[in-house]
Amino acid sequence: MDLFERISGDNTPEFTVSEIAGRVKRLVESELGWVRVRGEVGRVVLARSGHLYFDLKDDRSVLSCMTWKSQVPALTMMPEEGMEVIAEGKMTASGFQSRFSLNAERIVVAGEGALMAMLERRKKKLAAEGLFDEVHKKPLPYLPSVIGVITSPQGVVIRDILHRLRERFPREVVIWPVAVQGDACAPEVARAIAGFNALPPGGSPPRPDLLIVARGGGSIEDLWGFNEEVVARAAAASEIPLVSAVGHETDTTLIDFAADRRAPTPTAAAEISVPVRSELLADLADHEARLSRSMARSMDTLRHGITALARLLPQPEALLANPSQRLDRASETLSRGLDHLVERKRGDLVGAASGLRPALFKSRLDREIQLLEHRTSSLSRGLRHAVDRKNEQLSALVARLSVRQAQTQVRQARGDLDQVSMRMAKAIKARLARLAGRLQALDRTRAGLGYKATLARGYAIIRSGKSVLTKSEEARHARSLEIEFQDGRIKVSGTTGASRKSGTSRARTDRKTQS
Amino acid sequence: MSDTSVGKMSFEDAMKELESVVGMLEAGEVPLEDSVKLYERGAALKEHCQKKLAEAEEKVARITLDAEGRPTGTERVDAE
Repeated sequence: MDLFERISGDNTPEFTVSEIAGRVKRLVESELGWVRVRGEVGRVVLARSGHLYFDLKDDRSVLSCMTWKSQVPALTMMPEEGMEVIAEGKMTASGFQSRFSLNAERIVVAGEGALMAMLERRKKKLAAEGLFDEVHKKPLPYLPSVIGVITSPQGVVIRDILHRLRERFPREVVIWPVAVQGDACAPEVARAIAGFNALPPGGSPPRPDLLIVARGGGSIEDLWGFNEEVVARAAAASEIPLVSAVGHETDTTLIDFAADRRAPTPTAAAEISVPVRSELLADLADHEARLSRSMARSMDTLRHGITALARLLPQPEALLANPSQRLDRASETLSRGLDHLVERKRGDLVGAASGLRPALFKSRLDREIQLLEHRTSSLSRGLRHAVDRKNEQLSALVARLSVRQAQTQVRQARGDLDQVSMRMAKAIKARLARLAGRLQALDRTRAGLGYKATLARGYAIIRSGKSVLTKSEEARHARSLEIEFQDGRIKVSGTTGASRKSGTSRARTDRKTQS
Repeated sequence: MSDTSVGKMSFEDAMKELESVVGMLEAGEVPLEDSVKLYERGAALKEHCQKKLAEAEEKVARITLDAEGRPTGTERVDAE
């Protein structure tokens, strides 16, 4: 024992504390250098100085970790207590407190289970904020004009989307190129979503009315950018309806919850985005056909309805038959009645006229005048006789009486005679005037009753020779007719077509006879 | 039936209205005068939809970005 101790002690170099601390530090840093350490995150402290301190532990040990302030922004994730992570960085040892620790420059979640657990926690947190609420989901436009696609400009994803869009309904597509994995993915995707939303409508590049965020399949780590909070928040904030299509159908990332619609694949996103043009054209053609068909059918129905109704309507002739017959009868009666009336009036007129013939009246008047003159003359004669006699008596008397007395008597008698003569002449004149007045009145009556006034109302009198015709039968057999109108008479050869023929033939015969 | 000017309608709205117009006419319960108006509106809607469907041009562009990731313009992409 002594020997060993001595020997050992003798040969062992002697360090100062600082020397050994420095030696350990160099040893740790040179021997271990860059390491990856997996462990569960324990206590996490973000110091006021900006440096980050945390512990990594497993069931037996604890490793102190720290990230300097300048290194913190480069971390893709902040360690959270309980999280299984892999921290990468340099091992260092500090002599100050005899400690060694890991300067972690990169921290990633270790293992799928752990990642999913973290994702679950994030999801819960964002859901609690209402980021995924159904009320915020916007309906996708039925037929977008411009589709903004946020994805890698290379690779199969954008090609699949463009192909599918072309097959269904070619549209204007604007691609916003982004990294779809790695540290740049999340910030670029978030910026692209916000960038599309910031485009003014109608500008250039055109503002899409639908966004697709797409990425092909990959490991959960590959897709991790789409699980970042910043991406989920940008998707939820997007004014433009957004379809997420990240990974395969079985992959679900946080953006899927924030998007307005989740497509299982990028191809499916294209299908969700636009309808099939050919189907729409077919639909439209179908609508058009139905439109004209239903219009034609309703027209047909109407036409049939009208035909049926028309059939129910009585014939116009039938409707008019009764009144028309009545009219016929009435007009017949009317003309007959008129004829009768005219005939009767004519009879009356003739009767009245017979007593009213001016010649007759004049002769009567003449006779009266003669009688009157005769009487006047015999009266004068008588008077003269009387005068003569009186003269004789006078002469006799004169002989007896004085001439003077006689002369006075004579003068007186002559005056009496003159007076009587005047009165008689006056009486005769008045009588004549009265008779002339009566004659005029009678003539006026006669004229009023005359058929001339009837002619003025549009009637006409048909005569054959001297007789007045009142029957068509008579007219048919008359040789010639004379029609008297209001203002005169005209002659017509009173023969019908048939009798004219015979007439013409007779004329011909006449000519033959003449020649 | 709305009185919206057909020319301003989205394809979807025009198509929806066209469907309802067709439905109404097919039901045959519209008075003649209205049915003529309906038919005319249907024809206009159909024209409008057809025009929208004719606007089917593929145009693909890619946004160009500056170093800070801000959009600077677009460049044509020839989709194969």
